[in-house]
Amino acid sequence: MSKKPVTIHHQDTLEPHPDTRLPDPHQDTFSKTTQGFWIYLMTDSLLFATLFCTYGVLHSETYDGATSKDLFSLTTAFVETMILLVSSVTCGLGMLAAIQNKRKFVITWLAASFILGASFVAIEIHEFIQLVQDGNSWKESAFLSSFFTLVSTHGIHVSFGLLWMAVLMAQVYRLGITVITFRRLIVFSMFWHFLDLVWIFIFTFVYLLGVI
Amino acid sequence: MFGRLTLEAFKHEASQNIAVLSMVLGGIALICLISYLKAWKWLWTEWLTTVDPKRIGIMYIVVVLIMFFKGFSDALIMRLQQALSVGDSQGFISSSHFQEVFSAHGTTMIFFVGMGAMFGLMNLIVPLQIGARDVAFPFLNAVSFWLFASGAALSLVSLALGSFSTAGWLSYPPLSGLQYSPNEGVDYWIWVVQIAGVGSTLGGINFLVTILKMRCPGMTLMKMPIFIWSALCTMALVVLAFPILTATLYMLTLDRYLLTHFFTVDGGGNYMMYVNLIWAWGHPEVYILILPMFGVFSEIVPTFSEKRLFGYVSMVWALILIAFYSFIVWLHHFFTMGASPKVNVFFAVMTIIIAIPTGVKIFNWLFTKFRGRVHFTSPMLWFFAFLLNFTVAGMTGILLSAPPVDFQVHNSLFLIAHFHGMVIGGVLFGFFAAFTYWFPKYTGFVLDEKLNRYAFWCWSGGFLLAFMPLYMLGFMGATRRLDHYDASTGWQPLFIVVGIGSIVILCGASIQLFGLFWSIKNRKKNWDRTDGDPWNGRTLEWATTSPPPIYNFAVIPTVDQLDPLWAIKRGHSPKPEKRYEDIHLPKNTPMAMYIGALSLVFGFAMTWHIWWMAIVSLVAILIAIIIRLSGDDEHEIITIAQVKEIEAAHKRKMESYE
Amino acid sequence: MTHELNLNEIKKEWHGTLKAYSYGFLGCLILTIISFSLVITRPFSETILIYTIIALAIMQAIVQLLFFLHIGQEESKPRWESIVFCFTLLILIIIVIGSLWIMHDLNHRMMPDMNP
Repeated sequence: MSKKPVTIHHQDTLEPHPDTRLPDPHQDTFSKTTQGFWIYLMTDSLLFATLFCTYGVLHSETYDGATSKDLFSLTTAFVETMILLVSSVTCGLGMLAAIQNKRKFVITWLAASFILGASFVAIEIHEFIQLVQDGNSWKESAFLSSFFTLVSTHGIHVSFGLLWMAVLMAQVYRLGITVITFRRLIVFSMFWHFLDLVWIFIFTFVYLLGVI
Repeated sequence: MFGRLTLEAFKHEASQNIAVLSMVLGGIALICLISYLKAWKWLWTEWLTTVDPKRIGIMYIVVVLIMFFKGFSDALIMRLQQALSVGDSQGFISSSHFQEVFSAHGTTMIFFVGMGAMFGLMNLIVPLQIGARDVAFPFLNAVSFWLFASGAALSLVSLALGSFSTAGWLSYPPLSGLQYSPNEGVDYWIWVVQIAGVGSTLGGINFLVTILKMRCPGMTLMKMPIFIWSALCTMALVVLAFPILTATLYMLTLDRYLLTHFFTVDGGGNYMMYVNLIWAWGHPEVYILILPMFGVFSEIVPTFSEKRLFGYVSMVWALILIAFYSFIVWLHHFFTMGASPKVNVFFAVMTIIIAIPTGVKIFNWLFTKFRGRVHFTSPMLWFFAFLLNFTVAGMTGILLSAPPVDFQVHNSLFLIAHFHGMVIGGVLFGFFAAFTYWFPKYTGFVLDEKLNRYAFWCWSGGFLLAFMPLYMLGFMGATRRLDHYDASTGWQPLFIVVGIGSIVILCGASIQLFGLFWSIKNRKKNWDRTDGDPWNGRTLEWATTSPPPIYNFAVIPTVDQLDPLWAIKRGHSPKPEKRYEDIHLPKNTPMAMYIGALSLVFGFAMTWHIWWMAIVSLVAILIAIIIRLSGDDEHEIITIAQVKEIEAAHKRKMESYE
Repeated sequence: MTHELNLNEIKKEWHGTLKAYSYGFLGCLILTIISFSLVITRPFSETILIYTIIALAIMQAIVQLLFFLHIGQEESKPRWESIVFCFTLLILIIIVIGSLWIMHDLNHRMMPDMNP
């Protein structure tokens, strides 16, 4: 911008001129939507980070009640981890099917992700019910409050993902793979993979470290 | 059926009844006026269902003006009370009412005046200055506005039904917890802020993508106007800071609704964590408020100095550094909470450092004027008021950044004087300057300059009278949020001066309000005959008509240097070719307003524990979102013929004014 | 007027492949199994174990970011998604580490009878 300004002749603007190139050639809806959703995922990361941070500060405040060593089951955590990992992969396989315009396979793989995701939520709810019935609800201590909140926030995100998946499956069934449904599938897969990413930190910092 | 809402909620103290009555009467008067003018259909099609950022920006400003009126009324009540309530006199409002007033004052001014002015400016200026037709996500933009409006509406409802929070604008626990504030006040506050906060986060994402992706050809990052750079940095702050607020308020909500122990006194709760987290958001928040105003001045000073902005690159780096540093200073808001010297000193040093890039900006504005041809229009006057007051208040900030000093004056009126100097001197004066500067762009006529000047002098004088004594009072030991004090303190004379200053400010604000209507009445006289460029501007928004057509630019401009309009006018760049194309614009929709309205119902229901209403409204919001996101990308097309006709019609209108 | 992409052009924007998902799946599987096994068998001391588990988590996060979320593979420069991610990560680390440091310090000084 400290260059001497050049006079641009009319015919030059028909071709990309070095000074007048588009700053970003991707101004279409797909690029904008994926970038916008990526930024949303960044905001979600900070939301989770705040909850993780609070868990970090409060995890030892058990108020003479049960500690993480007493309560956490590694088996449950491992099963949940595997379920979510496989559902992330089946989601990816669904995207690959979408690239190949195979509508039926997209719905099948998404359905697989749905069943796995629903199982994840079911197991988590079961874990929570167990804790509450044993007298270890979120009301008992700061540790339990932060545990329930962090893990359930992830679970609520997964549940919204399930709802989203169901709506998407219906759309793909009705409309097939179009510019719009493909875009929505990509955005959904970003969300679903993100949730698996967050889960890595939950099973590590909450369950694994909680048991050590 | 109605949760904990009973007829008790409608009963208020006498002092509050006046406010409620005037609000309700005002609302009824407005409805009658619209019906009289038969303007409901126009209101619906042109404003309530719009996805045009120019319209949405104007709606933001309308809400800002209404909420400023409320927040300023709160301030007048407080200052009047403090001038009168000495020794045996108890003033004219009760202690609990006073606590509601200062809580509402801060909440209103920060979230609905500050953030509203900021997003209003973003909507109005950003697309035009980058040579775009729209923002990246027009529907999301409308949703952001309606969530903002819904939060504002809920805070006004709290005036009439029940009471507002008495825990300050940040609601520190344990006071804001269930044990010490069991009634609806803090819940109102939570939902007001949470709903508006979601709107802000979505707006942040929207404008970030808009600036990154929708600049016109040739506008590389280093050719963007500084206002756009300030917008970019601000949106980065919004996107990264607001989630912290969302999560923290979520935890406070859980404490109050589900009896968790995040911030409680017992159960292992740690309420210092709330203070820590809320300021981790809160500090970036104040930079979110001020950075756009820095951008505004970076537009106004060059235009009214007829000289290019001095030090463009250093201005950009200053913005980036300020934005980054705003994330590593937050502890200076709670030096006195008890951290060790190690921790306090680290944050003190970081806070002092942030003054450096700010200073760079101030010097660059001054150097811009040097050897320029300076026009002392009212926006330029506001710049001088900003320069004086913001800098002085900034220096008291440096004082406060030293923990030993802060330990003496933390939460005293010294602190209040400091941050009001920043918000009024910086944010509000910036907003006034921006309002006058860009007003003709959206209306086609300028504001009455003489009335602007009277208002300016009232504000300047009134501000000094109302806030300089507070520094003294702070040193004399007066704490904030004080509604009564002993005569032996000797504070009353100063409080009276402060009260007088508030009245002078009231005069200024009244002149501004009157001036708005006076200018509208005299608009034919004040018509902008330059066809969109009344100030001899330098950037792209002045390259289109006033008001701009719905598509902003008939031909998307191509840019090859800074201050592109100035370059065209000076002959350094070619005039844009008139090659028209069909223009696709998003369709209007009432969905955004419905989502906003449902959020208002949800917030109200949650406040009053009306669980069935909360569930129904939440489900309805979900359904609305699903419906919206299941439809096609709907556009309306403006054909080449229609574009030509719109341009021709405008030309005819301009010629009729000759 | 922005040129809207058709379906084929959009498909080129997405960078998933069967290979990427297979590598990703295998990588995550192995790293998860190692983490859980280490905690169950406890071959080292507590501190080393903690750091190892955290390192494994970071590694798995990187695997998922690269192979599932396709970070860094955007075609058009500047790579905004990567820049935004790095900046978010930086701020996130500052907030989390900063808060943990502050709260640890505060707890130590202001709440001496509670667990450190």
